[in-house]
Amino acid sequence: MRTRESTLWTWHLLAGAVILVLLGLHMFIMHLSGLGGSGEEDVLSYSSVMERSRALAFVIVYILLLGVALYHGLYGFRKIVFELTLSEGVERAVTVLIVLLGLALFVIGSYATITAYAM
Amino acid sequence: MPESGFRRNQLGLVGWLSGGRYGIERYAFTLHRLTGLAILAYFLLHILVGSSRMLGEETWNSVMERLDSPVFRYGEFLVYLAFAFHALNGLRLALTELGFFLGAPRQPVFPYTSSVRRQRPLFVLVMIVAAVVVVLGGYDFFFAHPVK
Repeated sequence: MRTRESTLWTWHLLAGAVILVLLGLHMFIMHLSGLGGSGEEDVLSYSSVMERSRALAFVIVYILLLGVALYHGLYGFRKIVFELTLSEGVERAVTVLIVLLGLALFVIGSYATITAYAM
Repeated sequence: MPESGFRRNQLGLVGWLSGGRYGIERYAFTLHRLTGLAILAYFLLHILVGSSRMLGEETWNSVMERLDSPVFRYGEFLVYLAFAFHALNGLRLALTELGFFLGAPRQPVFPYTSSVRRQRPLFVLVMIVAAVVVVLGGYDFFFAHPVK
């Protein structure tokens, strides 16, 4: 029988698969770019960061990655915390706090991404 | 919760960290959790640091200046190590969760084989790939973009 938790777990797995691709791409750009002989280019310089920020493809990838990574990470954290065998009331409070934290960070990250795109 | 069939983690931290008789995959499980928590902590900060780009070049450069130290640089490499392990081990976990690399169900005839052993070649393979990713990233971190 599919329960709410098993559905959330399936989403956790799917989010992991999406992260593997998108974060792999992000890591390649940020940390493996020097392998192609572009070691002189500073990927963290403001001009380089803004060049990526103004590309629509990056905006879409950043917001998608932000959402799935927050879900995957915070859901995993929640499952670890729940192994402390908390009371149902505390579990509910933890869930609410984690959801609020996730939403707040998603709003901040998305706002920054869209603002930087428009700059 | 215990009434609904869940068993209490009475061993506490030891219950989380000890591999017991479950072999190397149990330690990979523990390391998967620790790296997950480390990546999550880094990611939450990363969102805030990355968001500072919308405040302009001066703010961005000031933030980057603060983070431009060997401690943060080596710390970032540790996060990269954690990512390589967590991503590749997570891929193995997802594949085995879906039933891949475990072989077909079979009768429990002596000498018994366990599904843990059947998926071990996959574990070795993903760890080799993780090691390659770490070596390539290490080259980029320490040679292509060396610590100043």
